[in-house]
Amino acid sequence: MVVDELRETELDRLFQAFADATRRDIVRRVSDGGLSVSGLAGHYAMSFAAVQKHVAVLERAGLVSKERRGREQLVHANRDGLDRARQLLDEYEAIWRQRAGRIAEILLEDEEKP
Amino acid sequence: MTVISSTQSPEALSLTIVAEFSAGVERVWQLWEDPRQLERWWGPPTWPATFETFDFQPGGKASYYMTGPDGTKARGWWRFTAIGAPDRLELEDGFADDDGNPVEEVGSARMSTALEDTGAGTRMTVTSTFANADQMEKMIQMGMEEGMGEAMGQIDAILAGAPV
Repeated sequence: MVVDELRETELDRLFQAFADATRRDIVRRVSDGGLSVSGLAGHYAMSFAAVQKHVAVLERAGLVSKERRGREQLVHANRDGLDRARQLLDEYEAIWRQRAGRIAEILLEDEEKP
Repeated sequence: MTVISSTQSPEALSLTIVAEFSAGVERVWQLWEDPRQLERWWGPPTWPATFETFDFQPGGKASYYMTGPDGTKARGWWRFTAIGAPDRLELEDGFADDDGNPVEEVGSARMSTALEDTGAGTRMTVTSTFANADQMEKMIQMGMEEGMGEAMGQIDAILAGAPV
């Protein structure tokens, strides 16, 4: 089995980032446009520093990127990270479509038996 | 068309696939319950699955391996967490080392299957939820036909052309 180590590490970060409800919510909120960390922090019952940590996890996973705007840092959604998760699910879906096709073939053989 | 819908959740790392078959619920259940029948469809021709043990009861475990085109064996285990014959099955699916011992640090996927009588046949709903990317990536490598990634667009055509 050829394992692409680099890709695996990237994907690990990606799915760890997605494993937390607050981080998923942050991705949703910044999907419509950039938001400052302080603007985000106002939505959660946790410290500014805690929100900053979540943003840092998302940034390492490639799901969001930060951009300095004056005194503030704006957090943007990174479409590529989300696309990668979808791509992996597409591949898994293809496996199940093949399995369903094979099941249908087995059931068809039943019908052909006398 | 065999697969009638699929729902992906990138946030939750889960996939739900719904397929319909012309056979009855009891017959489709046998394809899960009987390891010899399961082996006929679980792995693709290029990565066929062999179940060595199959303790089909709640809490029971199964061990299997999949053999790749170059003879590589990839080992895995199942643990049946709920069995409601003939229409409900829940299990955990994980990796094992060459001796068949579970590789815990990779994590396991959860899979639940529901079968439903549609009058004309059986509707099968399978939901898979992955623990992490390492595991999902490896599972895809074990289940994917050679070159299937690029053939994605052809799958619908293949299924449409299959005499179902």
